[in-house]
Amino acid sequence: MINFIEEMESNSSYRIFFVGDSAATIDFGNVIDESINKKVIVLFNRLSQHPLLGMIEAIPAYSSITIYFNVILLRKKISTQKVIHEWIRTELNKLMRNDFDNIQNSSNFVRVPVCYENEFATDLKSIAEQKNISSEEIIRLHSSKQYRVYMLGFLPGFAYMGEVQDLIAVPRKAQPRPIAAGSVGIAGRQTGIYPVNSPGGWQIIGRTPLKMFDKDKNEPCLLKAGDHVEFYSISKDEFENYQDWST
Amino acid sequence: MSLRIIKTGVLDTIQDLGRYGYQHLGINPGGAMDRFAAQTVNMLVGNNIDEAIIEIHFPASIFLFERETMIAIGGADFSATVNGEDIPSWQPIIIAKNSILQFQKWKHGARCYLAVREKLSIQKWLNSYSTNIKAESGGFNGRVLQKDDVIFFREKNDYKDFLMDRDFFILPWKADISWNNVPIDRIAIIPGNEWDWLTEESKNKFLKESFVIGSSADRMGYRLQGMLKAKENSELVSSVVGFGTVQLLPNGELIVLMADHQTTGGYPRIAYIVSVHLPLLAQKRPGDKIYFRLTDQGHSENLLFEQHQHLLQLQNACKFKLEEFFECYQ
Repeated sequence: MINFIEEMESNSSYRIFFVGDSAATIDFGNVIDESINKKVIVLFNRLSQHPLLGMIEAIPAYSSITIYFNVILLRKKISTQKVIHEWIRTELNKLMRNDFDNIQNSSNFVRVPVCYENEFATDLKSIAEQKNISSEEIIRLHSSKQYRVYMLGFLPGFAYMGEVQDLIAVPRKAQPRPIAAGSVGIAGRQTGIYPVNSPGGWQIIGRTPLKMFDKDKNEPCLLKAGDHVEFYSISKDEFENYQDWST
Repeated sequence: MSLRIIKTGVLDTIQDLGRYGYQHLGINPGGAMDRFAAQTVNMLVGNNIDEAIIEIHFPASIFLFERETMIAIGGADFSATVNGEDIPSWQPIIIAKNSILQFQKWKHGARCYLAVREKLSIQKWLNSYSTNIKAESGGFNGRVLQKDDVIFFREKNDYKDFLMDRDFFILPWKADISWNNVPIDRIAIIPGNEWDWLTEESKNKFLKESFVIGSSADRMGYRLQGMLKAKENSELVSSVVGFGTVQLLPNGELIVLMADHQTTGGYPRIAYIVSVHLPLLAQKRPGDKIYFRLTDQGHSENLLFEQHQHLLQLQNACKFKLEEFFECYQ
């Protein structure tokens, strides 16, 4: 049985490795790919609904999912002399025998207002110069596409979204500097929104009046992995007088 | 009226054993840097191990206890005094109303923990007392403790019979914290997924030479002095990193992620510190020297279990001693 399962891992599209002594990652390769990320989210939803024995939490990323375990609890619950990480590997391989390809995830579609005016768009001009296009064109390109939220990380509620068009893809800055909550930025082919004030290296092209992170809400983060986002341009006056009627 | 901060320390926060279940939202676990000390001080006063405690850095806050209290301190040694008189670490201490707890002089370690038997009245945020400063959430108003903050207690006890006229009374037992006789500068690691990205020379260097904790060493992570070389310098798409992940930065520097780590990262993960050695690292300061030594998953699990057994024994012993003590005086 075990041999069969381990053989499966070696012939398959994923690999399992350990993150220290209390977590394991199922890794689908070092890529940003929508179909792989969909599979990761399906796995995440499945694990959230049916946690594995001893599971503390599961964390999805671009092309991998990491599962934290309570090793002490497992050691008490599993009667065999087995080493816990071997048991974990076997369980994860068993899990991966399920067919996750045809499951649909429920996801939200969120329209995000962005004020792209100079006051907030601290890096818009330099991107325009660097890319030899107008600021208007950058704004048009950024707000004319639906983006997928691949994962949340870095800061509470920080959504990594992709992929922006090549024409506006710029590398992150070498030196992080203070960035205000709500700032919308670009890093490579990714776009994201700073949910809280933080140092950061993404190139800032605007700011949203939406609260991406609200500690007092039951669900403190506006976005979750798998959601879809579209940006639309608003004026400074609209930014300042923005009311979230949805709540 | 309970516990009042009468002078602000450099970085004193409410912590517990961490906030789990929210990393998929980018909300990190945080929690005490030295989980062993945090659990032990709670046990000493008869609390659950995940009760809110105060993590204290040096220079520390000055605390005024406006009510009779049983406390325990442990972890780093900052020469604690009550009303000017020395008090020991790792022992339960009953202190009289209007006593002042102060930390006079740095002796060793980086973080000292204060547990209170009467339990700090702090509201949990997402199931944890830990302070998340970036999110301005959890702990005491989501921030570092400041002068004039007042933390109430959830329980009240009467210790007059034990104190009589004294300022404090030290209970006559001490927690045995030496469950494992490893030298405190030998940090065990498990190779990480990108361990083989290191050149053979760098692997050797990593396991043989010492590393000095750099000046940028805080609750988020420790930068280490000393350069390593990678065979390849590919980029990784972001994936999960945790407390104890050792990352190799593009310039060859190492960074060890600590309690307030980001949830995800894209640098090569060359190693992971074994869980039971994180408390050792948590007590290091910039300038301290450490060595890494290789171990494996199985061994690391055994250590984790041994430490757990030790903590269980300690918990039972503390409980028994406290019960016995209170009965004697009734």
